[in-house]
Amino acid sequence: MVAGPGANALDTFPRLLLAHARVRGDRPAMREKAFGIWQCWTWAEAAREVRGMACGLAELGFKRGDRLGIVGDNRPRLYWAMCAAQMLGGIPVPMYQDAVAQEMTFVLQDAGIRIAIVEDQEQVDKLLEVKDQHPDLLHIIYDDPRGLRHYSQTFLHGLDELIAAGTIHDRNHPDFLDQEIAQGQPDDTAIMLYTSGTTGKPKGVCQTHGALIAAARGGCGFDRLGDTDEVLSYLPMAWVGDNLFSYAQALVAGFTVNCPESGDTVMTDMREIGPTFYFAPPRVFENLLTQVMIRMEDAGTLKRRMFHAFMDVAKRCGADILDGKPVGSTDRLQYALGNLLVYGPLKNVLGMTRIRVAYTAGAAIGPDLFRFYRSIGINLKQLYGQTETCAYVCLQPDGKIKFDSVGLPAPGVEIKIAANGEILVRGPMLLKEYYRRPDATAESINAEGYFMTGDAGFLDEDGHLKIIDRAKDVGKLTNGAMFAPNYIENKLKFFPYIKEAVAFGHDRDMVCAFVNIDMGAVGNWAERRGIPYSGYVDLAGKPEVLQLIQECIEQVNAELAHDAMVADTQVHRFLVLHKELDPDDDELTRTRKVRRNFISEKYAVLIEALYGGRQNQFIETEVKFEDGRKGKVAADLQIRDARIFPAVQGRAA
Amino acid sequence: MAREIGPVILDLKNLSLSFGGVKALTDVSFDVCEHEIRAIIGPNGAGKSSMLNVINGVYRPQEGEIVLRGGHFTNMTPYRAAIAGFARTFQNIALFKGMSVLDNIMTGRNLKMKCSLLQQAFWFGPARREELAHRARVEEIIDFLEIQHIRKTPVGRLPYGLQKRVDLGRALAMEPRILLLDEPMAGMNVEEKQDMSRFILDVNDQFGTTIVLIEHDMGVVMDLSDRVVVLDYGRKIGDGTPDEVRANPEVIKAYLGASH
Repeated sequence: MVAGPGANALDTFPRLLLAHARVRGDRPAMREKAFGIWQCWTWAEAAREVRGMACGLAELGFKRGDRLGIVGDNRPRLYWAMCAAQMLGGIPVPMYQDAVAQEMTFVLQDAGIRIAIVEDQEQVDKLLEVKDQHPDLLHIIYDDPRGLRHYSQTFLHGLDELIAAGTIHDRNHPDFLDQEIAQGQPDDTAIMLYTSGTTGKPKGVCQTHGALIAAARGGCGFDRLGDTDEVLSYLPMAWVGDNLFSYAQALVAGFTVNCPESGDTVMTDMREIGPTFYFAPPRVFENLLTQVMIRMEDAGTLKRRMFHAFMDVAKRCGADILDGKPVGSTDRLQYALGNLLVYGPLKNVLGMTRIRVAYTAGAAIGPDLFRFYRSIGINLKQLYGQTETCAYVCLQPDGKIKFDSVGLPAPGVEIKIAANGEILVRGPMLLKEYYRRPDATAESINAEGYFMTGDAGFLDEDGHLKIIDRAKDVGKLTNGAMFAPNYIENKLKFFPYIKEAVAFGHDRDMVCAFVNIDMGAVGNWAERRGIPYSGYVDLAGKPEVLQLIQECIEQVNAELAHDAMVADTQVHRFLVLHKELDPDDDELTRTRKVRRNFISEKYAVLIEALYGGRQNQFIETEVKFEDGRKGKVAADLQIRDARIFPAVQGRAA
Repeated sequence: MAREIGPVILDLKNLSLSFGGVKALTDVSFDVCEHEIRAIIGPNGAGKSSMLNVINGVYRPQEGEIVLRGGHFTNMTPYRAAIAGFARTFQNIALFKGMSVLDNIMTGRNLKMKCSLLQQAFWFGPARREELAHRARVEEIIDFLEIQHIRKTPVGRLPYGLQKRVDLGRALAMEPRILLLDEPMAGMNVEEKQDMSRFILDVNDQFGTTIVLIEHDMGVVMDLSDRVVVLDYGRKIGDGTPDEVRANPEVIKAYLGASH
């Protein structure tokens, strides 16, 4: 971290950049693999490029308060473009690079973008496609000129030329840029990030230099990140997490950001770089583990036995060793041997040998998955936050990890649980406003200055925050107990055999659930046991399969019983659906979220049967095939009762 | 498109080729202009691959001559063809399955390596500099074809579509003036075909490479090529722009048939 005299003046990103160029000018700031070789830019070189880019933008007429569109993969020059805009007091607006042209128009228009810096021909083409609808877009600047030779539009500019022109300008008017930087204030908006807009239109979240720097300082201090750390930036730049990890924290701590060669090479690049600080959503960790497991199944007997034997050791004591808890010397010895033979080589293959801190967020992570990584010595942690809070609300402290909580409030963050269970947060990292949406800003920040996250959760006895659901989905059982369907469904979905689950219970006396089996996993399970089946409907109705699912549900019930808050919401009765819930039948959204209301209407007869105490129910459902034809699936579904566990008495709810 | 088609660089005059009693080519003449994309089409057994093999010097025609940039070749050999700036890809991919993508493409640089075997074996001085320079060229091709993620993967482990792309990469490594592509899209799915089409156009556009290609997929041929020559039973039955060929009654009868 930059500290010492003058540190308090380092309150905007351009000032931080220039300070790094002075203090650690010859240390690597950015790396990118090009033509098979890692290219490196030092802080001094980066600062020079950014200055050139800023002056070039100024020559195009970019002014204080203007928004600069940025579209592309993680490229060094796109990160620098953000800083260049900030030098001039402008606001970078990174956009998702995989959005189609029409999706970009909303952001272009809402943010009033007049100049955009994009990665390559693909993005230029998209902007050209929508330029007619957005005539205010005056200039498009591209990083990679490939394929653009024959584009003759005068408003297209190469980034190389822009920087060259800007560098000359900077040389002739050295005071211009310094004055612009001096005018920057910590409470200026540093960046605008658009929310995904699953509910209503996307909103531009304005974050100030002060907020981002506070979040970054807090995070760096919490995990002791310094200028020797390395991070691989491969998640979309438009996402708040990438902005925090690859931009804000890098500029605060002065560590090196590495950009992969392309989206497909991330695994290889990760091995080569060996980042010390890593971030990935749960599904990435899950895919890695699946790959490892598949390859172990194909390995020779000796290797496979060795792997499983040492994984048992890791499961027994790995996480405790990582947490610094007392562990017997035999276990320690076995673990050290395992590290030599299995964990070490495995971490090397995953590119995780040097990782000090790895984070996951964005979705619930399965406990087995989480424990696997921790047991082989990777310090994987969860964090909680959203775009509006710079992805900085809760962090898990080293040595005090609970897999089902997201940790303690981060330094400087206050958390309060509202009466309806909603999590409220306050701190320096809160958004300044939603861009041109005072109504939305007023709605999301209450009179005491707390931001309303829309998530429901509670603090456990150690002060760790547990997230249970979206607040609007949380209901109540008739006995008054809180019912959080998502919390239960997620627990069920952690089983590989369960693909989808829908829990019911609001205004009812008990919780019941629909379960969708995972055809791949259950099919495989059935084959290994020699259970014949003809198709999905048949498999889903097999008594053995029902028994398998029942065991999963009872395991979840046992877990729920341990927590007084949710002990009443154990699943009493369930059935296994005869068809897969499908977005084509409107049962799921395109992002595969359950559409509760639709399902409870469509399958009302099944819900009635669940609560009516019946043992089976006939149902016929219309399905749409991919080619648009319609068909019918009918089945007589068994309804089963699951075992209920008495609530474990620990503390009052 | 800004690419300008130049003068004729390859002129094939009255070529005839037979294997014993089988006449593969009968009195076929056509020319190829600089920077153009020239397609050869025809039903199975029409003599398309034979035509390519004649240009490439694999087969020697019994009659006719090949005029390349003013020079007459009656006895073309594959080696001479390579020196003259021809490179080709094969219908049945001709790569070293056990070698990595990188090494396979590197083999395309073979002709351009000047150091002796001994120097290369010890990898010192000029040999080292040479290899580094070639490696840099190969990396540019890898970047161009967007195959960075499989750089170190043995070719045998790759799916078919990617192998085809590597095959193209190996041909490009020769920095050819004329690129001969033998069914570059055979056996590909729609997406792979689109990718390959884009690469062919990019090669043509960016390096100005003249391209002669054989292809079965009519849609692809008609979109890609500047001019098309149609063969049937070893004879030329049509020659011209895609539109002209499409309207040619003989071509319709022989090839496009009623299905089009």
